[in-house]
This record gives sequence, structure tokens and C-alpha cells, in this order.
Amino acid sequence: MKMVIQLLLIAVVVLVVARLFRSRGARAQAIRRIGLVVFAAFAVVSILFPDLWTRIAQDYLGVGRGTDLVLYALVVAFLSFTVTTYLRFRELETNYTRLARRIALSEAPRPDDDSGEQRPS
Amino acid sequence: MNTSPVTTDDVWLVVPLFNEATVIGDVVRDARRTFPNVVVVDDGSTDGGADAALAAGAVVVRHPVNLGQGAALQTGLEYARSVPSMRWVVTFDADGQHQVSDVLEMLEKARAEDLQVVFGSRFLDDRTTPSLMKKVILRLAVGYTNLTTGTKLTDAHNGLRVLRRDVVERVDITQNRMAHASELVAQIGEMKVRYGESPVHILYTDYSKSKGQSLWNSVNILVELILR
Repeated sequence: MKMVIQLLLIAVVVLVVARLFRSRGARAQAIRRIGLVVFAAFAVVSILFPDLWTRIAQDYLGVGRGTDLVLYALVVAFLSFTVTTYLRFRELETNYTRLARRIALSEAPRPDDDSGEQRPS
Repeated sequence: MNTSPVTTDDVWLVVPLFNEATVIGDVVRDARRTFPNVVVVDDGSTDGGADAALAAGAVVVRHPVNLGQGAALQTGLEYARSVPSMRWVVTFDADGQHQVSDVLEMLEKARAEDLQVVFGSRFLDDRTTPSLMKKVILRLAVGYTNLTTGTKLTDAHNGLRVLRRDVVERVDITQNRMAHASELVAQIGEMKVRYGESPVHILYTDYSKSKGQSLWNSVNILVELILR
């Protein structure tokens, strides 16, 4: 039974990382929003039926306690958060670099005069 | 082939600069005796190095904030692209490690053998004497780069390179920090252009040693390359 949860968690980790690594744009945003709705439903159900996760954990997944199951889910969620944040940060950095480069180049002396008279020598 | 004197009017030296005020003036002055066109990309220096470069006769392009050496190189390439008469770009370090005479040889080789890119290599002769540790790291780095980019080089992490205009127009460095050297090699590998290597002498002065890449930096380079 323990094997099942291990395989499941590993599969989820790999899938989430692979998915988030490539996904950008409208689809990724939609997936993230659906994820949020699912998370909200998950939270409400957990609050209404506190024993539910322990039962699911023990009966179907071979995990000792519901708390452990939630911990595993949290680890996966944190990992995906880290990866998305890294990618978003890189994208931001790319844009920021382009902006700074444009400013630098527009403030540079015009290169088109080949005489080089503007430059001291 | 017109060999003597070799024309250098169509050559632009691209020099990324970050806090090298003590040496940049001499480096630019020395280079400009042979190469009149030098563009120094000041990557947000706080030590007045940009003014020293300007006084020495370089065109200075200033990043408003520090972005990294890779970003500075790309800015320099884009500046050089905007000069209609540019035919060659030479990437050149600001810290005085590179020799102008090596650049002349590289350009001569590029022109004589019709190469689009010439990489400088420390390991084609025994003029350069890096420490054992540095040697091991550089060998590992070049092994990794050759493996992942399909190029055959002896020294992939050398800042001295000659790029022909058609290559300069296609290069797009996005790795702002240290992984840009491997990125550049990878892009050139993908372009299927004619490239070669030329022996260069890197001067490891006390000054450059104190600022050089450490072992820790190679870990960072690897991570940046894997997570690009």
C-alpha cells in the first residue's frame, strides 16, 4: 500500500515540474485558476469533515494519518511554487534587461558618424 | 589578400566593464593604438571606471543598473550592430588579461581562412599558465560545453573571441550572468557557421587573480545552464 502513495507522489512531482517548466500564457493561467478552485473545494471539505483525509489516507493510500497526507501535498505544492516563481522571476529579469539595454543604447552617442570626431582621442 | 598593414577600421572591440577603474583606462588606451573603435559597456560600475574609459577614447554605453557580464556583452554587440561599417566584433575583457597582438592574429586567421568565428584558446600553446585547480575546472567546463553543444573546442570559457558581422547579428545572449560563455558557444554551434580557434595568452596578474572566477562560480554556471 505504501508503494502506491510513493509512486503517486513521484508522478505528481514529475508531472507538475514538467508541466510548469513549459507552460506559459493563457493555458497555464487557466490551469492555475482551476487549481485554485480545486484547492478551495478541498479546504471547505476538509473543514466540514475533518476525519475524511485520515480515512482516505488509511483506506486508499496507505498513509498513517491524514496529517501526513496533507504534509505530502504541501511538499508538492511548495515545490511547484518554487519552480513557477523561479521561471516568473527569470522572465521578469529578461524584460528588465531589455528595458535597461534600450535605455543604455538610446543614451549612447550616435554611432553613425564614422569620423569619430565626437570622441576624444 | 591584403596583409600589411591589416585594416582595423571595421573592427569593434566590445568591452564589458564592471568596477575596473584602476585598469580600464590603460586597457582602452593600449587597445586603441591598434583598434580605434572600442565600445565599453559600463554595467553599473560605482568606481568611476566609465569616465576613465571615456577619457581613454572609448564609446561608453552605460547600463542604468548592474545586469551582469552576459547582458553587457549583448548590449555591446547591439551597439556594434548599429554601426554600418562594422565587419568584425572582438569581445575583450576589461581587466587587462587579453593581448592586442592575439586579436590581430585571430583576425588574420579569420580573414585568411574565411572563418565567421574565432575563439581564443589558452590551451593551444603553453604561454598561459593557470593554476592546477583552474586548469581542472576549465577542462571540465569545456568538456561539458562540447558535450552539450556539439562543438569541438579546447577552451570554451575564454572571453576573447572574434565574430563576423553576420554572426553578431544573430547572437542573442540571454544568460545575464556567467553562463553566457557557454550560451554563446551553443548558439554559434547551432548556427552551423565556420569557426576556428587561435592560441591566446591570458595574463594572470595579481589583479585579475583577485577578481577571477572561483570554484563556487562554476557551480553557479552549471545551475544556470541546467535551469535556463
